Amino acid sequence: MDLKEKLLSSFMAFEERVDVTADLHNIRTEAIKNFENKGFPSKKEEAWKYTSLNAVLKNDFSVFPKKENALSYAEVKKYFLHEIDTYKIVFIDGIFSSFLSSTTHDGLDVCLMSSALTKPKYKEVIDTYFNKIAKKDDSLTSLNTAFAHEGAFINIPKNKIADKPIEIISFSTGNEAALMVQPRNLIVVGKNAQVHIIERHQSLNSNPVLTNAVTEIFAHENANVDYYKIQNDVQTANLIDNTYISQKRDSNASVHTFSFGGNITRNNLNFFHEGENIDSTLKGITIIGDKQHVDHYTLVHHAQPNCESHQNYKGIFDGSSTGVFNGKIFVEKEAQKTDAFQQNNNVLLSDKATINAKPQLEIFADDVKCSHGCTIGQLDDDAMFYMQSRGIPQKEAKALLMYAFSNEVIESIKIPELKNRINKIIAMKLGVSMGFDL
Amino acid sequence: MLSIKNLHASVEDKEILRGINLEVKAGEVHAIMGPNGSGKSTLSSVIAGKEEYEVTDGEIFLEGEDIGELAPEERAHKGVFLSFQYPVEIPGVSVTNFMKTAINESRKAKGLEEMPANEMLKLIREKSELLEIDRKFLSRSLNEGFSGGEKKRNEIFQMAMLEPKLAILDETDSGLDIDALRIVANGVNKLRSKDNAVVVITHYQRLLDYIVPDYVHVLYNGKIVKSGGKELAYELEEKGYDWIKSEN
Repeated sequence: MDLKEKLLSSFMAFEERVDVTADLHNIRTEAIKNFENKGFPSKKEEAWKYTSLNAVLKNDFSVFPKKENALSYAEVKKYFLHEIDTYKIVFIDGIFSSFLSSTTHDGLDVCLMSSALTKPKYKEVIDTYFNKIAKKDDSLTSLNTAFAHEGAFINIPKNKIADKPIEIISFSTGNEAALMVQPRNLIVVGKNAQVHIIERHQSLNSNPVLTNAVTEIFAHENANVDYYKIQNDVQTANLIDNTYISQKRDSNASVHTFSFGGNITRNNLNFFHEGENIDSTLKGITIIGDKQHVDHYTLVHHAQPNCESHQNYKGIFDGSSTGVFNGKIFVEKEAQKTDAFQQNNNVLLSDKATINAKPQLEIFADDVKCSHGCTIGQLDDDAMFYMQSRGIPQKEAKALLMYAFSNEVIESIKIPELKNRINKIIAMKLGVSMGFDL
Repeated sequence: MLSIKNLHASVEDKEILRGINLEVKAGEVHAIMGPNGSGKSTLSSVIAGKEEYEVTDGEIFLEGEDIGELAPEERAHKGVFLSFQYPVEIPGVSVTNFMKTAINESRKAKGLEEMPANEMLKLIREKSELLEIDRKFLSRSLNEGFSGGEKKRNEIFQMAMLEPKLAILDETDSGLDIDALRIVANGVNKLRSKDNAVVVITHYQRLLDYIVPDYVHVLYNGKIVKSGGKELAYELEEKGYDWIKSEN
């Protein structure tokens, strides 16, 4: 039985296992129908031209997590931002781990999707926001919606500044020979509220994992949301991330995606504007090698006047790795005075590495500022010689150049400890130790 | 200090250096002059170890050791310094961090511990004062958006930090106004000692008023065609390079 059939036949059993409200049942049923019609995306689709899931889908994934596999904090401490105090929502093989988590209902809700979906006190929030911006006609998003049950639920009420960052971490233990998980996150940030969120998926051994995640984020008037995705997983882990962000007027939302690991990683990142004077930031650093593959598929939908978006993606590709950047900016007729910026710079360190870059600008307003730039280059020989002539060995010189190349993205990380961590991961990726942080 | 014997070098199969012989002793300043395209910059790059130049014949010795096969960083660790004609811009790396890395890599190669941070700061302060460099300048990205004069001053600042045995100044005077020229030359003169040597590569005699050479060599068509004392520089300035061209 292939994975699609397995998922379809599991659906009824799944719905029997979890609590179902009538509304939720309808949403899920609709979603599974859409997935049934569309199936997994193939390379024949324009949006998936450069990313093939075929090999991954051949794994015999378990689609239901069986039991919680306990982990001690010491085993996984390094994956947390342990230098500072954070709220934590932790999942082990798709199941919530209360032991590793640190949730709250004190002034803000940092808790579980499974309880939000079923408890009466969250009904209004769920009715208002759940599955409202996730794309209904996208097969993988639909698949997630059909099985939507567990994930992070974060609700920051108006005027509330979250007192510490929130970490959402999903561990896979290898308890199953191959595991598919589908976390579903909902994040609502009220008027004038602020929050920093860090998301990470981490396998603890080399059994194949497929994560198909959907995150919906709502940033209300003048809200500030900074979201950081750390993708530094083992090379048997695959991630399809579908993130949808809706912004109201005067809000700021940023998503930083650090893609250093994994086998196949696909980031579908979508921003929708529902008011004026909105600021959206999409930044990423990709550093991969071997046969790794990272695909960034971004959309910024400018629907209102006087909004800004800033995209800056840096990629460093070694070995036979492949990268994709597909960045779409859509400016509607009403969205006058839009200022949309998109930058994508890539360095290929090996002859076998590939990058496919495709900026797409669709502009229907006439008074806008839209710019995009894309570069693909090799390491600058003159810069290398310059640094070597100062006594910096080739490997360190290369690392320093790569650091410098990524620095524009690193410097906008607002949590200093996270910035440190990212610097360290980059140094590790480049095989050097740096005596300073850039 | 530096001994070059019958050096031939090519780039992309085109021979640029055609048998250079040069002896530079500790404590000396040598000037290498010549018209454009004579091979001056190639010579400095070859001494520093740039890989795209292929040494087809001859040898380069530093303090009696053959350095011809060494990587650029290894030559730097042994005390070779090249002040670039066109210093490379490296956005995202500050002057300070660049120097920290360079100095500590050099120390690492010599089996020394990293320089303690306070010592490093003191050294940076001392050397930046020598070159009249503003402290704000040190936190800027290396060479990015620097004026011509700032770039050259920064090169000599790096030289001061690294204290090389052999410093090669490739067209350090180009793009400098007279004040910057004086500061740069003053910096170089203060760094001179009986234990190090300087090779000044220049098109014009002007710099040599400030950094006075013991010997002047004229490079033409990849060979040293004339050598003499500092008066040779004046003679060249007066007669122009056509004088050399007509004789060769």
